[in-house]
Amino acid sequence: MDKGIEIRTSPHLKRVVSVEKIMRTVVLALLPICAFAVYQFGLSALLLLATTTGVAIWTEWFFSRLSGKGNTVSDWSVVITGLLLGLTLPPGFPLWMAAVAAFVGVALGKALFGGLGYNVMNPALVGRAFVQAAFPVAITTWTPAFAPGRFAELIPSTLTLPFMQPIPVDTWVAGLQLDGWSGATPLAIQKFQHIEPPLTDAFTGMIAGSAGETSALLILICGLWLAWQRMLDWRIPVSVLAGAALTALPFWLADASHYPSPWFVLSSGGLMLAAWFMASDMVASPVTARGVVIYGLFIGSLTVIIRLFGGLVEGVMYAILIGNAVGPLISSWTQPRVYGTSSRKSQG
Amino acid sequence: MKHQTAVLDSKLAVETGRFGFVKRLNSGFVSLFQRHKTFDHGIYPVEHKELTAHKPIRRLPFADELVIPLQQHKGRPAVPIVKVGQEVVRGEPIAVADHFVSVPMHAPATGVIRAIGLAPTAEGPKTQAIYLKVYHAASQEVLYGEHREPETMSGKDIIQAVQDAGLVGLGGGAFPSHVKMHPPAGRVIHTLVVNGCECEPYLTCDHRIMLEQTDALLRGIKIALRATRAERAIIGVEDNKLDAIAHLRARIPKDLPITAEAVRTKYPQGAEKMLIKALLDLEVPTGGLTADVGVAVFNVGTLAQMGDLLPNTQGLIERVVTVSGPAVANPGNFMVPIGTPVRFLLNQVGLNGPVGQVILGGPMMGMAVSSLDVPVTKSVSGVVALQPEAPDVVRRQVYPCIKCGECLNACPISLNPSMLGELAVAREYGTMTEEYHLDQCFECGCCSYVCPSNIPLTQYFRIAKSINRDAKKHHEQKQH
Repeated sequence: MDKGIEIRTSPHLKRVVSVEKIMRTVVLALLPICAFAVYQFGLSALLLLATTTGVAIWTEWFFSRLSGKGNTVSDWSVVITGLLLGLTLPPGFPLWMAAVAAFVGVALGKALFGGLGYNVMNPALVGRAFVQAAFPVAITTWTPAFAPGRFAELIPSTLTLPFMQPIPVDTWVAGLQLDGWSGATPLAIQKFQHIEPPLTDAFTGMIAGSAGETSALLILICGLWLAWQRMLDWRIPVSVLAGAALTALPFWLADASHYPSPWFVLSSGGLMLAAWFMASDMVASPVTARGVVIYGLFIGSLTVIIRLFGGLVEGVMYAILIGNAVGPLISSWTQPRVYGTSSRKSQG
Repeated sequence: MKHQTAVLDSKLAVETGRFGFVKRLNSGFVSLFQRHKTFDHGIYPVEHKELTAHKPIRRLPFADELVIPLQQHKGRPAVPIVKVGQEVVRGEPIAVADHFVSVPMHAPATGVIRAIGLAPTAEGPKTQAIYLKVYHAASQEVLYGEHREPETMSGKDIIQAVQDAGLVGLGGGAFPSHVKMHPPAGRVIHTLVVNGCECEPYLTCDHRIMLEQTDALLRGIKIALRATRAERAIIGVEDNKLDAIAHLRARIPKDLPITAEAVRTKYPQGAEKMLIKALLDLEVPTGGLTADVGVAVFNVGTLAQMGDLLPNTQGLIERVVTVSGPAVANPGNFMVPIGTPVRFLLNQVGLNGPVGQVILGGPMMGMAVSSLDVPVTKSVSGVVALQPEAPDVVRRQVYPCIKCGECLNACPISLNPSMLGELAVAREYGTMTEEYHLDQCFECGCCSYVCPSNIPLTQYFRIAKSINRDAKKHHEQKQH
């Protein structure tokens, strides 16, 4: 009877949830969004997602080998980074640039800090921010959704050779002979022409845009499922969206012909995907209960401010990166009062 | 302070019927819409109480040999007054208290002292113990003690009698009960909190005590009220034991200031600090005692024993122990003589397969024994045998902290275990206490339980606290 007895320290029970399971569940929640992206944009989107994910995994593996930590790919967090990065890029984004984005995101955004848990910012967004600066034209070149023959041929720019300018898609798009194609996303149309495209299209994803950001509805469903599985802090997306809507509201009320409605703000661009899947990144968000709400509201309102008054069409990426940067500060401001003490300890 | 008294008064008013309908609502509606009082944060581990909750307390045969460690309580060890070879009668004192913070020991069975020497303990190091060989032919009747009326005794006499009975906190704390009844100068106890929460998974001994030893429990509460001069007593019971609450409410005499209140079933509701917070909304200050907020907390098991032992001038020789867990074939609640080896108990209940850990106390805060020769001591409320490869006990890969914040949402005293864990790894032990209130941590284990990265936070904190204690001791020695 004595033989198998093990000595351990309390607590002897453990909740059956691990980092690996959380990450796998997030990947599962992202898969429908990826599938819709492929359905909408065809082979190019598939190759794009495969490239970002593959390169992200390879980079993680390479640096974990280099640091002698053992293989850290198995915690699945890098798969999320790869998929998210792919989803935020334009579907016709040259693959070699996507590979650069994935490498930079994982290498500079994660491995440099010491890997999972130590990164200050969301690695996928670090990668995207890098290519946004490096390839400003390619990252704002949009192609139409549901192009005929999208499962048979690639968008020409996809196969641009490394270190070359992207192959122009204008002639290819013209060849598709689509009615009403302007080459702009709803966000850009609103910003520069002050015309709000129909809301239902933006909500269901029947529009141009980044590979995985078009259908706010689908993203909402996947995000809600993840929150219901308790793998995501629902307070973050809810406060991001609330922050965005509340910031947009007064402007819209003041001048509806010039400023977008809160509904349009919520369903357009990358806000929905970012709120549910990127701002909620556990590692880069604050740890306190009140902190995440402040963090979310901050990101939401910053997004709208950049959209309305910045030079960029979409601001959610920079809003989250800035939110990540101030996250630790928010954490330290919002430490709860410790039982039996009167002080609110401010170190976080 | 004035404000606090006002709050207490209004709460008292609800209980004593100025708002009688509230009380009726309380007992009428069972917690579908109503949320019982509780503290902030905490966790909801699977309870597994159904294994033993319905099983009445039973006696087992005596083991061949009992091992009675001289230190089963906080404070100084007891001093033996018997010699090897001496025959003792069940209930006879065999060791006396060494100091105010110490308690005597009584013979748990009629037999002969075989040896006085080292014995293994759950804590790890071997300690001095009395080995008592049991006479199986003896009647094992308690022949010691004489009848007296605690109702007529003075507070001081009661406190002395409680020490003479060898009573300690039977809920697991093992702090001598008489010390708690004697608040430091300048402190007045206004409320006696009777702890019937039993928030640890698997354990049901307190549940059974409330159901089966109700009269002894109420007698004990009366004695404790008299000794502490508290104005009232509140029995706090988790709302997974509504039958016990109803049973107690039916038995409490109308003329006594005793109430039974349901608190939410949540771990660690049974920790003193958390129960006081839930029932009275008071917080024990850092480094302070419950007496600092005018409260004394006693476990229901302790008071039931007090109600039994004091009127008969007897000593504590046995206690109720829940023997349960997935590895146990016939789990149950048993009246176990102090000093019974764990091996004997497990043989009595039988095992259904291999055993992983054997835990004294509950699985959240209890200690895994290194040897089955470890005896049941006064503070052992349960013996829980876990299976080796169960998914909720198996040791899993440790990942880096992903800052998910689960531990902050779990910590009942609102510490930042995530930050404390990183400081522990960096060996910044001083900072942990000075800036992050590590000294408030009572090692409930909630942070380790929820951590998805499987970081052994509680273990880190235990080590850090012990290093800080040593450093402080060292510092004080230097100054002298």
